[in-house]
Amino acid sequence: MTHRTVRLHVNGREYERTVEVRKTLADLLREDLDLTGTHLGCEHGVCGACTVLLDGAPARACLMLAVQADGARLLTVEGLADGERLHPLQEAFWTHHGLQCGYCTPGILLTAKAFLDEHPRPTRAEIREMLAGNPSVAAPAISSSSMRS
Amino acid sequence: MGAKYFGAAVRRVEDPRYLRGEARYVDDIKLPGMVHAAFLRSPHAHARITRIDTTRAAAMPGVARVFTFADLARFMKPLPLFGAPPPGLAARVSFTMRQTTQYGLCKDVARYVGEIVAMAVADSRYRAEDAVDAIEVGWEPLPAVVDMVTASEPGSPLMYADWPDNVAVGFTHAIGDADAAFTAADVVVRERFRVQRYVGMPIEPRGVVATYERRDGTLTTWNSTQVAHWVQQGLAAALEMPPHKIRVIAPDVGGGFGTKAAGYAEDALIPIAAIVLGRPVKWAEDRREHMMAAAHARHQVHDIALAARRDGTILAVRDRVWLDVGAYNSWGIVLPYNTVAHLLGPYRIRNLHVAFKAVVTNKTPNAPYRGAGRPEAVFAMDRAVDCLARRMGLDPAEIRRRNYLRGDELPWDLGMPYRDGNPLVYDSGDFRAGLEAALRAARYDEFRRAQPALRERGIYRGIGLSGYVEGTAIGPYESASVRLDLAGRVVVVTGACSSGQGHETSFAQVAADVLSVPLEWVTVIGGDTSAVPFGVGTFASRSAVTAGSSIHDAATALREKIIRAAATLLEAAPADIAIEDGRVLVRGAPASAVPLARVVQASIPTFAGPGVASPDFEATAYHHVPTVTWASAVHVAQVEVDPETGVVALLAYLVAHDCGKVINPPIVDGQVHGGVAQGVGGALYEEMVYDEGGQLLTGSLMDYLLPTAMELPPIETVHLEHPSARNPLGIKGVGEGGAISPPAAIANAIEDALAPLGVRITETPVTPARLLALIGAKKTA
Ligand code: FES
Repeated sequence: MTHRTVRLHVNGREYERTVEVRKTLADLLREDLDLTGTHLGCEHGVCGACTVLLDGAPARACLMLAVQADGARLLTVEGLADGERLHPLQEAFWTHHGLQCGYCTPGILLTAKAFLDEHPRPTRAEIREMLAGNPSVAAPAISSSSMRS
Repeated sequence: MGAKYFGAAVRRVEDPRYLRGEARYVDDIKLPGMVHAAFLRSPHAHARITRIDTTRAAAMPGVARVFTFADLARFMKPLPLFGAPPPGLAARVSFTMRQTTQYGLCKDVARYVGEIVAMAVADSRYRAEDAVDAIEVGWEPLPAVVDMVTASEPGSPLMYADWPDNVAVGFTHAIGDADAAFTAADVVVRERFRVQRYVGMPIEPRGVVATYERRDGTLTTWNSTQVAHWVQQGLAAALEMPPHKIRVIAPDVGGGFGTKAAGYAEDALIPIAAIVLGRPVKWAEDRREHMMAAAHARHQVHDIALAARRDGTILAVRDRVWLDVGAYNSWGIVLPYNTVAHLLGPYRIRNLHVAFKAVVTNKTPNAPYRGAGRPEAVFAMDRAVDCLARRMGLDPAEIRRRNYLRGDELPWDLGMPYRDGNPLVYDSGDFRAGLEAALRAARYDEFRRAQPALRERGIYRGIGLSGYVEGTAIGPYESASVRLDLAGRVVVVTGACSSGQGHETSFAQVAADVLSVPLEWVTVIGGDTSAVPFGVGTFASRSAVTAGSSIHDAATALREKIIRAAATLLEAAPADIAIEDGRVLVRGAPASAVPLARVVQASIPTFAGPGVASPDFEATAYHHVPTVTWASAVHVAQVEVDPETGVVALLAYLVAHDCGKVINPPIVDGQVHGGVAQGVGGALYEEMVYDEGGQLLTGSLMDYLLPTAMELPPIETVHLEHPSARNPLGIKGVGEGGAISPPAAIANAIEDALAPLGVRITETPVTPARLLALIGAKKTA
């Protein structure tokens, strides 16, 4: 009763796990799938570090239960690069020093990916608004990294 | 040494793992059989524990154990205390200092919301939290001590019954003759300024994992800390174990800012639980805990007065300062004296009198946070200077021009000790030139010319200045070893711990240049006590200078060893040996070149003989820095204020700064940007709010506002380079500077914007509600 089986696609792979119904999606990813690139900064939906793409749209993995993601297709930071080749956003963040400690970086990369999928030619103001969900000391540089990617 | 990498904007070597989500932070560590800890924390600001019953909690499913003070009494040693005045300082300033003992688990009286009362360990964090909820505690509430100024006065309830008052650090300090200068002055201004309680707020909360091996008596603990060796020393004392049996690893750390340079109860409690239970234990702090239990910061009140001559020359400063250190005075004189030592900053002032009281209250203990006492000093001083300028009808730029020290006046001896006890002498810089550079780059005059027309159109734009001079890179040393492996590749190990600022790149740049090897050949390891026996850690803008100097020294000594071995191998005089791009050769004979690996391998004994030299291709240095190096900057903020809503928009922000020679410009820019972002938070948004009962009202990031890219303006940096002669690299620290001036610069800009209304900003954060109230008061007056 307190456990359920969830099936989901993450980064192109299929997983099936039985989890406590109260377990968050973030904890499922981190603990049960060993995908620790999804980080927890607040666990109350403000910092954006836990952002993943759920069926293509950004979602806070700390605010969802794992069982709610049953059947979903997820992209986490581990799925961004194509093997050895970094995703262009990852390259841009690297080249333009768009990160420091790297803790909020996965969430920002995924937020930026979803945003750029919809707005291939964004303005600087749009980029800043897109980043409004991630307090970060690297924020000033991140807005320019996304701009130049 | 050729400077191929030093000064170059090389991409950071650590970035790919961060970008791929492959970095390893404490919470990413998973060990077989690991259990999880959660803490019961005091919900009261001040209360006596009358009873704790853990029976029900301990019987819950999955619970391994629940611990109270009584259960762990044999391990309960006082938490580490810092900040006794060093001899050179104690000889000049007489401090009254009281420090009290805090234990890892609360013994009888809880003194702040968030203090740890009990620890539950279970097979998942979820179940550990369930157990915490089931612990029953009887509380007898005691009167809460909340306001620092009233708490310092007679009649206040006491935090500690055996203290005469709540003053944890009290002293006065004077240079020159302030009384005489005030008597002789033409103009005097005074004001009370308040700097709120705000904090570092790393996005990675704290965390500890520990595992104990009974077979060889070793403890290994991963800790999200800036100071691995301090944690090791604390554990050695608490557990009565030799340091070499304790390995502390600071893996990838998601921001530190000083918050993670303090000594914490959890540092010891998790290892203790691992020892007692014989299983690996993890604790990952959640944000709610972090708000109440990770160190708070700032929070001062200044009653400041300036005395000046008619021409705007500032003659003297008088300041009464209160600092709210929270419930335990763990940092002694560090924050109080930092504030005093940075009060005069870039100004040519010869007379100072300060009376300081650091006060204990029922709040989360304070610790140094990016700037550590300096932003508060600079806020009081630079706000007061603007008040003086306004009173005298001088432009804020002009009054600074008349009082800032010029390069030709340095070295400038303040005639007092620095916090390390050594004479406080500004070694390098040109503050006046920095001011002019900042004004030029920010197009200050243009702004002033445009301002009146904008005001006529009802647009309230303002420009604000603030400058500081910062003692960076406090000593006494940092450790570094540099060695070659069998392939001639380079390993650098240091006691400095990175919390994301790019050590693996900057330090590799220093070592690669000294050894003349490609940058990719260098691996930098920090934050592991098993890699180097002694070390200090990363805080106080110190690692580039202290670790960088040791890396320089150690690499230089290693280079000598390589050259001696190569001379034997190549049958040449050492003076004729050169190292170029990872190969050694006889100068002028390119055909003689062999890779470094060949030198190493030829030095290793074989059955045929002992090798060309000892294969001891390793050198260690503990470079001692004589005292701090003085970095400086001038910040210029441009704001627009909406007088109808009280909302302040930051239009532009400029930093003209001198940190001496720059190792990696984008990394330095990143440090400045990050500091400014946190300073903007302090100026406009962030505050830890307590009610009059000592209850913390800002318990989440919904209540405590952090700035995001939306709120941050473009930040422009101008690099001025006045190298320090106090270290071999000519560098100065830059980690904290960005955070020092924004509150003052932004408050000055807001006041400038609203000059027609005569609003005076005395307090941060300047929230819309506060600003509207000030505007409203002026309108009705
Ligand atoms: S951890 Fe999910 S938003 Fe902060």
